[in-house]
Amino acid sequence: MKQIYLDYSATTPVKEDVVKEMIPYYTDVYGNPSSLYSVGLEAKAGLEQARERVAKLINAEPSEIRFTSCGTEADNWVLEGVADAFKNKGNHIITSKIEHHAVLHTCEHLEKQGFEITYLDIDSNGFVKPEDLEAAIKDTTVLVSIMMVNNEIGTIEPIKELAAVAKAHGVLFHTDAVQALGNVPIDVKDLGVDFLSMSAHKIYGPKGVGALYIRKGARINNYMHGGGQEARKRAGTENMAGIVGFGKAAELAMNGLENHIAHCSSLRDKLWEKMQAAIPNIQVNGSMEKRHPGNLNVSFDYIEGEAILLLLDGNGICVSTGSACSSGSLAPSQVLEALGVPVTKMNGTIRFTVGDFTTEEDIDRVVEVLTTVVTRLREMSPVTGKEGW
Amino acid sequence: MALYNETVMEHFMNPHNVGEIENADGKGTYGSPVCGDMMQITIKVDEEEKIVDAKFKTFGCGSAIASSSMATDMIIGMNVEEALDLSNKKIVDELGGLPPAKIHCSVLAEHAIKSAIYDYATKYGKTYAGLEGFDPNAEEDHHHDEIEEE
Repeated sequence: MKQIYLDYSATTPVKEDVVKEMIPYYTDVYGNPSSLYSVGLEAKAGLEQARERVAKLINAEPSEIRFTSCGTEADNWVLEGVADAFKNKGNHIITSKIEHHAVLHTCEHLEKQGFEITYLDIDSNGFVKPEDLEAAIKDTTVLVSIMMVNNEIGTIEPIKELAAVAKAHGVLFHTDAVQALGNVPIDVKDLGVDFLSMSAHKIYGPKGVGALYIRKGARINNYMHGGGQEARKRAGTENMAGIVGFGKAAELAMNGLENHIAHCSSLRDKLWEKMQAAIPNIQVNGSMEKRHPGNLNVSFDYIEGEAILLLLDGNGICVSTGSACSSGSLAPSQVLEALGVPVTKMNGTIRFTVGDFTTEEDIDRVVEVLTTVVTRLREMSPVTGKEGW
Repeated sequence: MALYNETVMEHFMNPHNVGEIENADGKGTYGSPVCGDMMQITIKVDEEEKIVDAKFKTFGCGSAIASSSMATDMIIGMNVEEALDLSNKKIVDELGGLPPAKIHCSVLAEHAIKSAIYDYATKYGKTYAGLEGFDPNAEEDHHHDEIEEE
């Protein structure tokens, strides 16, 4: 059975060209980039080339890129590092209700240490409103952290407008761009952000490597303490092969961005059109404008998401649930909740994300299987919509 | 690789006793789509108070559907008294185990069966020790975090 992978927002396969560049850093260029002999210097050159490539993808200076172990570390670093650096100035941080857990759970951790966190709402299309941010800023606010693209519903947040509001008040601005990288054009200078989190494995690079953009001059304390790596800002021997892979993936993403966006959005739109024609009582969550090119988040009435996921998996199709009952986590999605999706619909929500290896035939097959699966589960369901739920 | 063991997957992929018995002797539902799962069980009972048929309709995840399938399999052929004695633990054991977070699915099945029998007992004027104190309209109390594993 052919596997059809429609969960590119969870992770992506590593592209062959990326793997090819990585391999020598395990076997031949194995030196420690901090060492002063040739094999170390060679590794160092590879490290700096990767830094340049990642910087270019977001129009930053290479010296503004610091590699981390993942996107989550970048998010933790910003929140804790800025909170720590400014703890004598203020203890207020503003974020949104739809952030990734890497931000939300770090904020909860900071709350326990006496920080005050404001969680901004979103409108019915899934966007954070700049006027809400304006109203939330106080004298004690030290950081604003709003994600660029939401991981569940794919909405592209108005980062430029939001960052301008923060800047007008002299408050630092961070954006978690893990889902945005390689999927929407990013120019940190134009956006006016101070910090930006990235991850390699969402852009056809390896897992276990991320980066934090730190605008030159932006104040932040260190998070990882130890050796003098990453210009004394992030200790720990570099994950060389991973970083080199990230660099290559960034280069490929940069060169292929327009094609990638066109390919994904056309397949995603086709998926939604065909789905609507074949299956009644469904809705898309989040605006279809200003959206991640590959993301489609759909609620299927009268049935539950995990059952849909399992039956699709039985047919070789990989998707994720947008909500409850997935992989042991039974809490409803905070994103769909903030969007105002009724809880009954939330329980029947599936996130599809198409990517570079998705084909037209894949879309046809997915809609065909999905139609059968949904019909079957609806026949099995005692819920018909007449009950008033 | 699958999320559940083979028995659970088999009952989920090819569930037994799906549907609704017409003119059922007892009909019970438990849970609601708001809570993430809901089960309806209908039963046919003969004059010897033996359950001769049972069918289910379930809104829920893989283990909720598998629990419904297994539970209805188990009560067919049982006397009403025996069916009232069927604990969620026995359903879990017969399924070869469920992940801790999914134990509530078996609780749902146990309650749906009791509700169906309650309906039967009310209709036919029967009383059973196993129904003492049982309220089919009680709020769903099993909720998600509760683990009723012994």
